[in-house]
Amino acid sequence: MSSYRVRRPGARVDFDKPLTFSFDGQAYDGFAGDTLASALLANGTRMLARSFKYGRPRGIIGTGPEEPNALMQIETGAHTIPNLKATQVELYDGLVARRTTGWPTLEFDLKSLGGLFSRFMPAGFYYKTFQNQKLWPKFEHIIRQAAGYGSAPSEPDPETYDHSHRHAQVVIVGGGASGLLAALLAGRAGLKVVLLDEQNECGGWLLSSPHSVIGGEQASAWLKSAVGELQSLPNVQVLTRTSAFALHDMNLVLAVEQLQDHLPIADRAAHQPRQRLHRIRAERVVLATGAIERPLVFGNNDVPGIMTASALTTYLNRYGVAVGKRILLQTSNDHVYQGAADLARAGCEVVLADTRTRINPAWEKRVRAAGVDVRTGFGIAYARGRRAVTGAQLVKLDAQRNVVVGSGPSIDCDALGSSGGLSPTVHLYCHDGGRPHWDEERLAFVVPEAGRAKSGIYGVGAVTGEFGLQNALEQTERITRELLSSLGKSAPTSSGNLKTDEPDATPARRIFRVPDGRAEGHGKKAFVDFQNDVSAADIHLAVRENYRSIEHIKRYTALGFGTDQGKLSNVNGFAIAADVLGKSIPEVGTTTYRPAYSPVTFGTLAGAHAGDTFEPRRYSPMQAAHVARGAEFEPVGQWLRPWYFPQTGEDLHAAVRRECLAARRGVGIMDASTLGKIDLRGKDVREFLNRVYANAWTQLAPGKCRYGLMLDENGMVMDDGVTACVADNHFLMTTTTGGAARVMTWLEKWHQTEWPDLDVYMTSVTDHWATAAVVGPKSRQVLAKICSDIDLSPSAFKFMDWREGTVAGVPARVFRISFSGELAFEVNVDANYGHHVWEALMDGGREFDITPYGTETMHVLRAEKGFIIVGQDTDGSMTPLDLDMAWAVGMKKPFSFIGKRSFARSDTAGPNRKQLVGLLTDDPQIVLAEGAQVIERADVTPPAAMLGHVTSSYYSPELGRSIALAVVRDGIARRSEDGHKSGRDLLYAYAGGKAHKVTVVSPVFVDPKGDRQNV
Amino acid sequence: MFVLFCPHCGEKREEEEFGYGGEAFIPRPATPEALDDEAWGDYLFMRKNPKGWHWEMWSHNTGCRKFFVVKRNTATNAIAGSWTLAEGRKAYDAEGGST
Ligand SMILES: [Zn+2]
Repeated sequence: MSSYRVRRPGARVDFDKPLTFSFDGQAYDGFAGDTLASALLANGTRMLARSFKYGRPRGIIGTGPEEPNALMQIETGAHTIPNLKATQVELYDGLVARRTTGWPTLEFDLKSLGGLFSRFMPAGFYYKTFQNQKLWPKFEHIIRQAAGYGSAPSEPDPETYDHSHRHAQVVIVGGGASGLLAALLAGRAGLKVVLLDEQNECGGWLLSSPHSVIGGEQASAWLKSAVGELQSLPNVQVLTRTSAFALHDMNLVLAVEQLQDHLPIADRAAHQPRQRLHRIRAERVVLATGAIERPLVFGNNDVPGIMTASALTTYLNRYGVAVGKRILLQTSNDHVYQGAADLARAGCEVVLADTRTRINPAWEKRVRAAGVDVRTGFGIAYARGRRAVTGAQLVKLDAQRNVVVGSGPSIDCDALGSSGGLSPTVHLYCHDGGRPHWDEERLAFVVPEAGRAKSGIYGVGAVTGEFGLQNALEQTERITRELLSSLGKSAPTSSGNLKTDEPDATPARRIFRVPDGRAEGHGKKAFVDFQNDVSAADIHLAVRENYRSIEHIKRYTALGFGTDQGKLSNVNGFAIAADVLGKSIPEVGTTTYRPAYSPVTFGTLAGAHAGDTFEPRRYSPMQAAHVARGAEFEPVGQWLRPWYFPQTGEDLHAAVRRECLAARRGVGIMDASTLGKIDLRGKDVREFLNRVYANAWTQLAPGKCRYGLMLDENGMVMDDGVTACVADNHFLMTTTTGGAARVMTWLEKWHQTEWPDLDVYMTSVTDHWATAAVVGPKSRQVLAKICSDIDLSPSAFKFMDWREGTVAGVPARVFRISFSGELAFEVNVDANYGHHVWEALMDGGREFDITPYGTETMHVLRAEKGFIIVGQDTDGSMTPLDLDMAWAVGMKKPFSFIGKRSFARSDTAGPNRKQLVGLLTDDPQIVLAEGAQVIERADVTPPAAMLGHVTSSYYSPELGRSIALAVVRDGIARRSEDGHKSGRDLLYAYAGGKAHKVTVVSPVFVDPKGDRQNV
Repeated sequence: MFVLFCPHCGEKREEEEFGYGGEAFIPRPATPEALDDEAWGDYLFMRKNPKGWHWEMWSHNTGCRKFFVVKRNTATNAIAGSWTLAEGRKAYDAEGGST
């Protein structure tokens, strides 16, 4: 065992279970129950990081999530995790850890050279230096590399994550003494309780002071029986290794449970998740999150071996590690005394320098009895040592004011702990909008004990400022009883004897920055925020440069912006700023925190919503047919649709060319099942359609269909589709594939809020029907082969008619509509027959060389005809008139349909509207980029006046040239009707640094008279 | 993420089941053509957008698909109640809401 190990009764490491691990490639020993931090300290490792700005040697300061320095890269390859705090990594056999800072090496860090960077990197360095933005790219790489902070894994995460959604009556955050007592009382009352603790076992500070006394027994015994009882209660669940990292509206607690992180990788169960996210909706939340000791700010307070005093105590009592042989403690309060006595009893030489001149006599007696050398009225001016602390220079402080009044001794030490008081862990309370208040007596931001009882949030114990154990327990009992009665329960029995052996507390000294007798900035650097290298002098500088708001000071100096979220530094930073500004701390500002309390990996937040299960995938009933024919697919919303059907050796362009020509000259077939379909019934459906569509529906007879434009109340196109009249009181509406749900909600809103008197019932039937569109001059012949009970002749079954009949032996609705401009029939059958009918059409079409096509060909065919795609050629600012679609607007309808009034608004009716046009490039082989800006002249220097942009652009196999749709200011008036190129119809489309000459034309490129669909 | 009570289903459900329906009680003018541009623009665009209590509509999208009225505090997300459209109108009028 290393010479830093101490066998402490009550320690939580198991000396019978030795482990080995590696740090920076070297092998070390530890024990089960260690954290990576305690094991490294036991091995005598002091320096394990370099600081962010100055490259100064840094070591471990804390024991938990407050740790600012010891950021580690854990494991390698796909399992690697960057920036874990060594204080939170449970040791397991074979663990591999690397430092994340220090460049090029930990031993030799460039930034530390002669304080070189120190002079160059004052507060606001980045703002000042990189005001000239051109400099930043040159330096970004080198600065980021020098700053360190780990590397993200480059391989896919092999582990899985899980989400648990649950309800509880009481969620208690924190399993220290107060949290356990609250859980016991609520559990005994029969409530459904969940207790969360971020550590590997409950106990909190009791684990660091196992010899304290509660109710006549040792804390360790009290703890054991409390945990035992909780585990025996079926209505109580205790989750350890579970960090509550957010508290959201209505008491939604988010917590991440580490299930396997503490196990050797080889021992982790592959079928089990690594971590689980708990989303717990609680009727009551009890914050028993405790407090974190903050260090004092003094010169060279960042030298490795300098920690919080409580960390020294915890490493001794919980982990059996005496961090030093000769220990100097510096304090402003009573909290360090128990630890001082414990360290002395464990064989350390302990000097305790209290900044106060009057100290607690009871504590003084106890520590002197243990052999502690107590010096009162002294502060540390600065510490000595570079890579490890070797001593400190003390100065005599004025009894009242924080100024130096005389010299003090120089004391040698190999570990130094300081305490400036406790900072309650108020983070979760802030997440939900709560504001902690400053308690000047306790020198802390505290959560009020009734918290926000109205919302069901309570605070107990140290988080409320009750730092004494007995006071905390008595308060917890009282508050928990209040909570129980708010749920109609009462605690059935007394909580037992809660008396402890602590002396009554005496007041702390109000001191944050220990003075060294020199003006700020002239002595040794005194750090406030270790992770971001923010010193007391930086805060002074920020104030000198006239930053007055603490929020600005924080951003200017980066105070509190690290992964430790300022857990050690915020209060010290606030207090120093307040002193410089001559204000009180509450006047400077209250502290607040946002989620997450500590970092959470993306994998846990994503849970099962990753990879193939990222979101539900919808397939048409013909999916198997498309896969069998080798289709390439593309996602359209949640749908996966055939994109194109390549034959051997074909790329996208070759396949689309073949598919387009087949549909134009022979016959093609497309799966249109994904279109949204809404079935509308009721005697007033016709009137309802009149109101929600721009078109008129009064005359549409059964057996007929009509294309409709749906507008929002601003008069802008929001959806389109064909609606068929099934019977006088029964219509079938189709919507865009992506707009189906939105349109349904839209229609429901109007019906429910404005026109509940209309007799209309809507049902989404998108998934009920499978649709195959048979398209092309030979489509009638194909359909005729498998449909005998519908008269398909042009005179009997006209364009925009629909018929009910039998196709391939199953009942079908056949619509003679066209999204290609060709003769076409859309065959709708029960979704369960979709695949069967598709294959029947393929069989029937074989002699005509029927060609399946996908969404890409569909887009080319519709663009050749100037048919819009809502959301691609429109963007929520296009009226039907902008689209030159006045024919689809029934201005004479008696009811002022949705959007109609807005046509007359001065903006909608005014000049300079962007309008839909076609564009032809001078060079027919150039296919413009969609999104290309339309401009007036080629020789522009940006920023140029933008007339509009290209919305759709394709190569048209039918025309043997490129075509494009665009929206262009006053576009309709610019159209060249006869192909002459002069004046207004000549423009340029600019993309990728090039301007291409284009002619503005009609958007209908193929069959402008529309003859083909009427054959 | 908060919890809403659907007065039609009679259940408290997670926010993700619902869709926001905007400020409540903005009736569509009976004769839009009779309004001048300013009045029509008010109907289209002007909303109270308060920091504090707000009467708004929600729709139970993945439940009963019904719209209902919620009185929610936009600063704290506290919810004073849920009502059907008709009952909500009464509650709104009872506290002196104006159209
Ligand atoms: Zn509902």
